[in-house]
Amino acid sequence: MTFWILATVMVVAALGILFARKAVHAALLLAVVMISLAVLYAVLEAPFLFAVQIIVYTGAILMLFLFVMMLIGVDAADSTVETIRGQRGMAIVLGLAFGSVLVIGLSQVTLGTVVGLEEANAGGNVEEIANILFSHYVFAFEATSALLITAALGAMVLAHRERLTPKPGQAEMAAQRMRDYADSGKHLGPLPSPGVYARHNAVDTPALLPDGTAAESSVSRVLAARGTVRSAPALADDIVDVRRQLGDDPTQMPDPSGVSGAPASTEEDVK
Amino acid sequence: MTHYVVLSAILFTIGCVGVLTRRNAIVVFMCVELMLNACNLAFVAFARQHGNLDGQIAAFFVMVVAAAEVVIGLAIIMTIFRTRRSISVDDASLLKY
Repeated sequence: MTFWILATVMVVAALGILFARKAVHAALLLAVVMISLAVLYAVLEAPFLFAVQIIVYTGAILMLFLFVMMLIGVDAADSTVETIRGQRGMAIVLGLAFGSVLVIGLSQVTLGTVVGLEEANAGGNVEEIANILFSHYVFAFEATSALLITAALGAMVLAHRERLTPKPGQAEMAAQRMRDYADSGKHLGPLPSPGVYARHNAVDTPALLPDGTAAESSVSRVLAARGTVRSAPALADDIVDVRRQLGDDPTQMPDPSGVSGAPASTEEDVK
Repeated sequence: MTHYVVLSAILFTIGCVGVLTRRNAIVVFMCVELMLNACNLAFVAFARQHGNLDGQIAAFFVMVVAAAEVVIGLAIIMTIFRTRRSISVDDASLLKY
């Protein structure tokens, strides 16, 4: 029963990896597959591999995937353009053929009675694995340690980047800013802060310029690219309703949006 | 016990198709991991079938090698991304530039 539930979950999640648009979703579906596999290992009398699967695969390898994804940019979506024409269709046909050959072939094999691991696991699964690992497989085990050291060194070499130019200090950056100002008239000071309003105060709402338009540079570029920037006038849309609920007469109030009506009075107007 | 091996074959096939169809290098890598996991399932299933622990040892070694492979593979993907600003496997068609 456990097997059938987990098998369904695993196959659905694995198919989800194929069709997920975003890499993060694929990673989470892979986590589902790996945790289900760990449970299957427990069912198959392999408690040591159950723990290793959870710790190494789900804990370490998948987290490594997620870290790299965060470094690279989470929403780097797949391109749908085919470089080789018809490659996707061919791959699916090939996969179906391969899968059906495997499944049909395997379903015709009789594996005989299951011996089970009661006898082999008699002294405890971890102890028995340690016995075999450190006697029969000891050279493979030592080679594995060399492999892991090589992998760690290789990752360090690959990820390291030599600094070819000196790091710009504060003085150089200030001089560069002044040069930009002299060349192109780029604003010298810091960027404007996002809008602070009576009913909304967050980095996703741009500040308003004196003419009522939004100041593009006051919100983060990332938010703009993601399309989650809010419009300050739109936040004031329901202000008439709010006033009516409060018992105020909305007709006596000036236009709250600040874009369509007359500009709000300033000190100079009063004078 | 055949069920486990058939499930392992299905997962392996899905991973195989994923490697062939997906463009994102990280997702291709995840599909390779899926294939390795499918093999591990077959190893563990056959260990129980035959009543000795060699299959579990083999699965353990596969996990260790997979860990090393993921470390190097992701470092290579990072390096390619740093120079090309892309992780599409199509863009890395020239090894040098």
